[in-house]
Amino acid sequence: MPLGAYLILAALLFAIGLFGVLTRRNAVGILLGIELMLNAVNINLVAFGRFHADLSGMIFALFTIAITVAEVAVGLAIVIVIFRVRRTIEADHLDLLRG
Amino acid sequence: MTAEALGFAAVAVVLLASSLGVVLTPNLFHAVLYLAVALVATGVVFLLLDAPFLFGVQLLLYAGGVVTIVVFAIMLTERLVGASIRQASRYLVNGALVSAAVFVGVVGFLVQMAPTGPRPAWSGDLTAAVGRALVGAFAVPFELLGVLLVIALVGALYFARSEG
Repeated sequence: MPLGAYLILAALLFAIGLFGVLTRRNAVGILLGIELMLNAVNINLVAFGRFHADLSGMIFALFTIAITVAEVAVGLAIVIVIFRVRRTIEADHLDLLRG
Repeated sequence: MTAEALGFAAVAVVLLASSLGVVLTPNLFHAVLYLAVALVATGVVFLLLDAPFLFGVQLLLYAGGVVTIVVFAIMLTERLVGASIRQASRYLVNGALVSAAVFVGVVGFLVQMAPTGPRPAWSGDLTAAVGRALVGAFAVPFELLGVLLVIALVGALYFARSEG
């Protein structure tokens, strides 16, 4: 398959993830959408690295995977703390900082 | 149709269908299961791109780790049975419009750029090359990544610790 096929697949995945981030009410659902978008980025990194015969793309993908895992851990910890304080994780109800 | 094209088409269908499931299913727990399928399918895309090591990392970290902690978070914040786990979506039309616009923008750029060229041959063991690069040219970012992981996990523990 040509490089373009992988890039279009990643773009579709990114658009679907963005749709999830924009439309989900639940904070965990928003995090799932972010996961999809980061996966699309990883596909792009690996595809470009492979088609340019350059190892850096795969190393970058490894780094983003590790950082994503850290991000999910911190994000879910924040979600749990918010749930303890507010008893909800509906993003629309989290307006503690509204002036 | 070559075997690679057939495999790509199959994994693309599975990947897109399961990611649509992630963003559209009303049950949050089902969304996580769809996410697991999507993450494994992404790993298969890495396999198609001759990166078996990344496939392994994807399975262990994402499909193993991320899905597990998301399930735990759902169990802590929702009841797994009953109505509370159902979630509605909002701004469906606006979200679809924005996502479609982003997709059209990216594809328009791709059409302009027209990435072509055959896939260059890859000689040697890729996993060994990745390992050498991680302790060679990328040694400092690799160590920094280790520090970042420790900081993030300690921070997450601090946030989520029980009171008192």
